[in-house]
Amino acid sequence: MKRLISFILGILAVCFLLFMTSSHLQKAQGLTSSDTLTLYNWGDYIDPQLIKKFQHETGYKVRVETFDSNEAMFTKIQQGGTSYDLAVPSEYMVQKMRKAHLLKPLNKSRIHGLANINSRFLNLGFDPDNRYSVPYFWGTLGIVYNDQMVKANQVQHWRDLWSPRFRNQIMLVDSARDIMGMALIEQGHSVNTTNLVQLNAAKKRLDQLSPNVKAVVADEIKMYMAQDEAALAVTWSGEASEMMANNSHLHYVVPREGSNLWFDNLVIPKTAKHYKAIYAFINFMLRPENAAQNATYVGYATPNKAAEKKLPKAIAHDPQFYPDEKTISHLQVYQDLGPRMVGIYNDKFLEFKMHGH
Amino acid sequence: MKRFNPAYSFLYILWIVLFVIAPLVLIVYQSFFDISGHLTLANYQAYFGSGTYLKMTLNSIWYALLITLLTLLISYPTAYWLNQTKNKQLWLLLIILPTWINLLLKAYAFIGILSQNGSVNHFLTFVGIGPQQLLFTNASFIFVAAYIEIPFMILPIFNAIDELNPSFVNASRDLGATNWQTFSKVIFPLTINGVKAGVQAVFIPSLSLFMLTRLIGGNKVITLGTAIEEHFLVTQNWGMGSTIGVVLIVAMVIIMFVTGERRKKGRKGE
Repeated sequence: MKRLISFILGILAVCFLLFMTSSHLQKAQGLTSSDTLTLYNWGDYIDPQLIKKFQHETGYKVRVETFDSNEAMFTKIQQGGTSYDLAVPSEYMVQKMRKAHLLKPLNKSRIHGLANINSRFLNLGFDPDNRYSVPYFWGTLGIVYNDQMVKANQVQHWRDLWSPRFRNQIMLVDSARDIMGMALIEQGHSVNTTNLVQLNAAKKRLDQLSPNVKAVVADEIKMYMAQDEAALAVTWSGEASEMMANNSHLHYVVPREGSNLWFDNLVIPKTAKHYKAIYAFINFMLRPENAAQNATYVGYATPNKAAEKKLPKAIAHDPQFYPDEKTISHLQVYQDLGPRMVGIYNDKFLEFKMHGH
Repeated sequence: MKRFNPAYSFLYILWIVLFVIAPLVLIVYQSFFDISGHLTLANYQAYFGSGTYLKMTLNSIWYALLITLLTLLISYPTAYWLNQTKNKQLWLLLIILPTWINLLLKAYAFIGILSQNGSVNHFLTFVGIGPQQLLFTNASFIFVAAYIEIPFMILPIFNAIDELNPSFVNASRDLGATNWQTFSKVIFPLTINGVKAGVQAVFIPSLSLFMLTRLIGGNKVITLGTAIEEHFLVTQNWGMGSTIGVVLIVAMVIIMFVTGERRKKGRKGE
């Protein structure tokens, strides 16, 4: 008994020491002071040099915490344990967070440089008038092909994927909205449809694709494509750019008839505290030279029109990641359809995954 | 022995309540709520009324059976052989060693081995057969799952064989039984408890393998684990996810019950 108690006391003492050390370290970095901005971002989604520059320029400290899914971020902000000042959700999540009253509206008079953003990417359905969000990066859903196995003219449209020549050649990203969306677009419907007839037709169409589907995978799709495991993949432009950096035979196509247009956006969650630092950071990131530097580092497309002009020509004129206006005009943005419809989309997708295997 | 210390049992009870009973109660509780938080039986209706979930359940059971059978076929002779060797503790250690390595690392290692440019395909090309599609096949999924589960099957069987009194075997031989008779009438019945423990340790986790179904099976094998992951992470329909969890727990209880029953029958038969 005595030993047990001293054992427990020992553990408590160690915990206390660790706590003191960590709070001391945080103080040393200025992390508990009032001028620290906590940015809740995707992993490796900002150029660290920019953070240094921002700290140097403004005197505010920046602490970056990362998440790996919109849903995980939603849950953490809802719990409200950490005082995140800025978060970077995707567009449908902005809508969902807004509905859940997790966002603070932006004070437009304190934001300078919103005019730099391409007007095409402002005032969209998920956030009318951009009351809550500033676009950070954007991208598309498309087809990655390996030019050793597939010719460019064989995959320009979604319907090409159904061709019998691609039997057991295609990898799909494991995401219900995106793959159902692909089938809906192929049939000429909206990616936000709530019409069950259209959804059932899309699921049937996917079933017809299953002989061509080699696997439905998540992040590993990057590794598989880089290693020539499959000839084709349906995935997002950001993942595609990472694959292409590792394998020069890979190319990315956004089908002309339409696809998904996605955004990641800066928002102020309800946990925010340091408003001066928040607006300083938003304005800093809206500046063309900073947005361009960030886009060069991260490899995603910037919505900042002024920054686009500052990008190296090889990047800004790459139709794979900055498609022409006509293609962009056919892209559709996801809307939050509510839990019931999201459930139906996922059930259909699950049924497709179980089909015929 | 008799001096019972309440402090120890307090810790034990605290542990059990916090980490075994409370989660179980929470899962059962959650399973009665639909996505908008209303108390309902709809999740169970959805589960037992939909072909999708029933098919998925059958699928999971079928693959778990195959995995268990394959592991058993490999493990029993291995455990038997291990017992005959001189340095059995060393050999046993080598078998247990892979369990010290993270499951995800092992799965990624198999991706490297089985992929188009992997070692197996290099060998097949060298032999003249040419590269084959190995990843994302049912066979590779069952193979990798069996590889991962094997230590959990070998250990209980090894212990059972280790405890077997060799004089029984000698007596059987002395009385003129053939090798097969000795095995089927003496050794196997006396080690059946190890086999049962192994089957329990392998079958239940195999029902809900979800990471391997994606990494090695390419989501061409769908088990209940896939559906649970989806309901908790994507659709955030925790009620439905919990319902599947409850079904798995019930399945586990049934398995325990069934493997327990057979023991009595076996004894009567002798």
